[in-house]
Amino acid sequence: MRRILSRSAEETEAAGRAFAVRLLPGDVVALTGTLGSGKTRFAAGVCTGLGVRGHVTSPTFTLINEYPVEFGVVAHIDMYRINGMKEVADLGIEEYFNSRCVCLIEWAETVLDILPPAHFRISFAHGGSESERAIQIEGPREPAQ
Amino acid sequence: MSVPRSEMIVLGIETSCDETSASVLADGKAVSNVISSQLIHSAYGGVVPELASRAHQRLIIPVVEEALASGGIKKEEIDGIAATQGPGLVGALLVGLSFGKALAFGLGIPFTAVNHMEGHLYSVFLEEDVPAYPFLALVVSGGHTMLVHVEAPFRHTVLGETRDDAAGEAFDKVAKMLGLGYPGGPAIDRLGAGGNPGAVRFPRSFLEEGTLDFSFSGIKTSVLYYLRREGLGESGAARTLLDGKRMADICASFQAAIVEVLVARTIRAALRQGVTDIALVGGVSANSSLRRTLRDEAGKHGCRVFTPRNEYCMDNGAMIAYVGWMRLARGLTSAYGTPAVAYLELTGIAS
Repeated sequence: MRRILSRSAEETEAAGRAFAVRLLPGDVVALTGTLGSGKTRFAAGVCTGLGVRGHVTSPTFTLINEYPVEFGVVAHIDMYRINGMKEVADLGIEEYFNSRCVCLIEWAETVLDILPPAHFRISFAHGGSESERAIQIEGPREPAQ
Repeated sequence: MSVPRSEMIVLGIETSCDETSASVLADGKAVSNVISSQLIHSAYGGVVPELASRAHQRLIIPVVEEALASGGIKKEEIDGIAATQGPGLVGALLVGLSFGKALAFGLGIPFTAVNHMEGHLYSVFLEEDVPAYPFLALVVSGGHTMLVHVEAPFRHTVLGETRDDAAGEAFDKVAKMLGLGYPGGPAIDRLGAGGNPGAVRFPRSFLEEGTLDFSFSGIKTSVLYYLRREGLGESGAARTLLDGKRMADICASFQAAIVEVLVARTIRAALRQGVTDIALVGGVSANSSLRRTLRDEAGKHGCRVFTPRNEYCMDNGAMIAYVGWMRLARGLTSAYGTPAVAYLELTGIAS
């Protein structure tokens, strides 16, 4: 497990970029935490780190944003608007759990049970000051020491 | 209503996100526009908004049949079919796209795939009073916030867009914090109308000098921290603890911050491009403060603002039929193998 204290939105995005080097195609990343805690900003950093060009915008309304990259697709998914497991099933996120995709799932609290067992779990919380965010990263692989 | 056969009749189908919609267009005029969330016939079960593609599968046939029936058109009279190709949810897009292709194949008529964002751009032409080329379009919705310079049909350039949240998303998420439900953008508009927009000074995010991009993520967080400082938490406590006047003031103040940025950017873009006509399109263009402020500011600079009626601002089949008609009239058809594309960009057509 790894803990990061981010002091700004820029640092949160940089943490996402740094985290991206730990990913392989096929990985699923669950992002959890309350409104405004840095999930989308972190995900934007991950996308940039994975080779996505241009702006990475919130998928809250669109539900799934796909970005083509060298190895396939980065799927940026948001469960904020999803109510209940029937809508989860209708959305069909498991179609993105494959070796050509990296899957980033915001508001993942409700779908943790249906994710592949070896997924990354990143939780976000508001910190002591208004610009601080506490980020905690757990995953199936740790960087070699 | 019967339509003379000399006109080109196009069926447009839209299934990129939440709405299942179909429309019949006769020579560029919508004669019907059926949108699932607005269907009052409970027989279709369409009044409760449903997410994702399974609802589209259930609604596509009744919605298309209703569009034909209410337009007084038999399917044999259709000259061409248009369906949204992207951007959007692949599973949702596939329903409308596949249905459109299959119906075109069955009827032996041309099919054309349409970019959803082009639908919004040209939706303004569904009305009588239309902008002159070149014009500037502000596309503002739950999923998109974009400034586009439209030089000529299918020749357009994106000048700026949101780097994080769409304006509509900021409205809906702040409404939820205030306990106004989700989506609550219209509630903020309604409550804010009676409030003082200067009561709380929320930050305006103008990013770096010279850019026409937007950022609406910061204001969402600043409202959250304002409510926390005021002891109103973030889980809708505001709804029960605030009196009507303060709620109205917060709604008006938040709305003013969003509208000020949207309008300032739009006017700057119009002046920079030297255009006088501005199209305000997309779901958030129904916001009364945005409409009024943009009209007032545009007027000061000798610019005119064009906004289609609400049913053409939200996701709808008429705008897809319109772009389909523009394409078919120019001989631009699509092969049956045309795929749904989640990340389709707004590139226009190179000539």
